Amino acid sequence: MASLFALANPKRFMDLSAALLPWLAAAAALCLAAGLILGFLAPPDYQQGDTVKLMFLHVPAAWTAMMAYGVLAAASFVGLVWRHPLADVAAKSAAPLGAVFTVLGLVTGSLWGRPMWGAWWVWDARLTSFLLLLFLYLGYIALWNAIEDELRAARAAAILGLVGAVLLPIIEYSVNWQTLHQGESIFRAGGPTIAGVFLWPLGFSALGYSLLFFTLWTVRIRTEILERRLRAVLLMGAA
Amino acid sequence: MSGLLEMGGYGAFIWPAYGVTALLLGAAVVLTWRAYARARARLAALEKP
Repeated sequence: MASLFALANPKRFMDLSAALLPWLAAAAALCLAAGLILGFLAPPDYQQGDTVKLMFLHVPAAWTAMMAYGVLAAASFVGLVWRHPLADVAAKSAAPLGAVFTVLGLVTGSLWGRPMWGAWWVWDARLTSFLLLLFLYLGYIALWNAIEDELRAARAAAILGLVGAVLLPIIEYSVNWQTLHQGESIFRAGGPTIAGVFLWPLGFSALGYSLLFFTLWTVRIRTEILERRLRAVLLMGAA
Repeated sequence: MSGLLEMGGYGAFIWPAYGVTALLLGAAVVLTWRAYARARARLAALEKP
């Protein structure tokens, strides 16, 4: 915990993230390129043909959307318990990115559902709970914008962020309830049940999406810190 | 070439998926970086002695 608090010092965060950022961005770009190229070149699946390519776009987007919410909820928790402003900034900075990945998961899922299920959308547990994740992100962002006082906004948003985390296990387990969506085939007892030729591009793609999220998240946290410093400088100038 | 476009009959679903992915991820990168650059430039201008 001590090291976490050391990192939570904005000055130290700025120094460390500046050093880390180029590496993070490069790793994200490499993994994304590898995942997308390998995925594009993957052979057609024996059942779903070329639409298997959609897996490398849809699954990583959906995973990253959920991971981003996990990050948001964890930062909210730290912000609520230890009242650290950097944790509030970290939670706030994750939300718009999470919303983008959620939209991507929904749109690519729909484009996959139409040819494979014959429906763009069905109101089953998995799809509906994932749509709720989008609304949760949007509500969280709206709450931040609705309250002018930064501290009060951070408190309220952190509570919503934390409470909303109940959605994550619901999304996770919803594939076991009446659904068209396929069940877990990667992280399951007995190992993944998809062929290596699909598993590799999926792995790179997922890693690339997560690293892209962490890269952009870091930049957004830095931006928010700079903007707060900017406001402080302006206030001092006005006083 | 037409085989690449058709994607075994699924081109109409696969290409838009690549398109929307490129569009949204690209926009996220550009907007994030632009906001960062703007904040940095404004702060630098203010903190200049």
